[in-house]
Amino acid sequence: MIAVEQLYKRFGKNEVLKGIDLKVDQPGVYAILGPNGSGKTTLIKAILGMVIPNKGEITVNGNNVSKSPVYRQDIGYLPQIANFPANLTVKEIIRMIQDLRNSTPDTGQLIEWFGLQPFLDKKLNTLSGGTRQKVNLVLTLMFDSPLIILDEPTSGLDPVALLKLKRLIRHEREAGKTILITSHIMSFVEEMADEIIFLLEGRIHFRGSVHALKEKTHTHDFEKAIAKTLTLNDSYV
Amino acid sequence: MFKILKYSFYDLMRSRWSYVYLLFYLALGFVLLFLNNDLSKGVITLMNVIVILVPLIGTIFGVMYYYNSREFTTLLLALPLKRFTIFIGQYLGVGLSLSFSLLIGLGIPFASYGLFQSDAVGQFSLLLITGVFLTLIFTAISFSIALYNDNKIKGFSYAILLWLIMAVIYDGVFLMTLVVFEEYPLDNFSILATLLNPIDLSRILILLKLDISALLGYTGAIFQGFFGTGAGMVVSLSCLALWVILPCMNMYRKARVKDF
Repeated sequence: MIAVEQLYKRFGKNEVLKGIDLKVDQPGVYAILGPNGSGKTTLIKAILGMVIPNKGEITVNGNNVSKSPVYRQDIGYLPQIANFPANLTVKEIIRMIQDLRNSTPDTGQLIEWFGLQPFLDKKLNTLSGGTRQKVNLVLTLMFDSPLIILDEPTSGLDPVALLKLKRLIRHEREAGKTILITSHIMSFVEEMADEIIFLLEGRIHFRGSVHALKEKTHTHDFEKAIAKTLTLNDSYV
Repeated sequence: MFKILKYSFYDLMRSRWSYVYLLFYLALGFVLLFLNNDLSKGVITLMNVIVILVPLIGTIFGVMYYYNSREFTTLLLALPLKRFTIFIGQYLGVGLSLSFSLLIGLGIPFASYGLFQSDAVGQFSLLLITGVFLTLIFTAISFSIALYNDNKIKGFSYAILLWLIMAVIYDGVFLMTLVVFEEYPLDNFSILATLLNPIDLSRILILLKLDISALLGYTGAIFQGFFGTGAGMVVSLSCLALWVILPCMNMYRKARVKDF
């Protein structure tokens, strides 16, 4: 599905990715973790073609990312900060994104799931942060894309919406999709992730299941296990 | 591209600022015609406003729109669309909606004052054409500048600085050069210097269509000899078009390699 080979990226003097090799070919939920500035967002953006790598190659479903934008037809992406044109209503933005992707899936179920019906005719700049995030989730998930990339999906969501999101992610996983998630909420990651890809200083420091990470670090607490990987020098890859 | 254009245009057409801009031109047009009571004189006054104000508005709107829609652009970039399509679509959305405000805002007052029965039609259309060109030019330049600068304040400052240079400083330097080198033949130099600045070029083009061009004296005669001819007109309009195309090509170049 996704194959990243020897990926290098620097911003000025700051070398963010230092040779990432990553292969994701099984469906499931993959959590990309790492401390601030470890290159999580850069890696995701490189897969999406937003960041142009200095070296290395990325292919998604066999298509080279740098060649043509068509491969993004298979990706649903939820950006970290959602900001929409202020003068459009929720209904209009949904229709607009559908129009831009040349596909008109049924959104009724998703809209109902997140309780967005009362907001459909409201302008986007009048919505609260959490409601905007829900709209954003609808925009990302409505296309039934085989690859879903969620950058901080939990931000701004109330507990009820968070529960619904979790259920939705599980549902997508069961449908055989590949889901990449970055999140700072460790309990969320522990609950959802099949596999963890831990980035540290631009390299993959650990890759494996939550259970494997706990075993390696001899802890039962996931947060402590993560903290422990940061203090250990040797890599577990 | 047309889809992005459509949505940007639609978004802007519903924003308050487009209406403010439109109402400003409506008011300006009616007030000028009411005070002058003469279409030709109205065109002269309008020209002075247009050659300064249109580039400024184009610059500010262009930069503001780019920075305000940055996060939304990120969302678009994740869709199966070519990068240049996104930026050129947004640019044309801004440029065309501003142009429409200009055309409608000035067109209505002049048309209602009997423009089509008068001989000022030619002058007025030239005024609108250069107005549209200036809008497209300065929106393109400001978009280009914004693409190079992720820092909003810097991008804004550079764009405004460029406007200041084109609208004010360029003329000062031009004039100084003419004074300092007055002993030398400056015909070709002044024509070239005018061609290189879209604001000056627009001003001269409109002036030459008006009766007051006689007041320009010897310089006016040189300009008339070049810009007044059909070939001169073609060269001038091509120059204006080039001023639109070059920043667009620059946008294409930068959009291909930029990280978002």
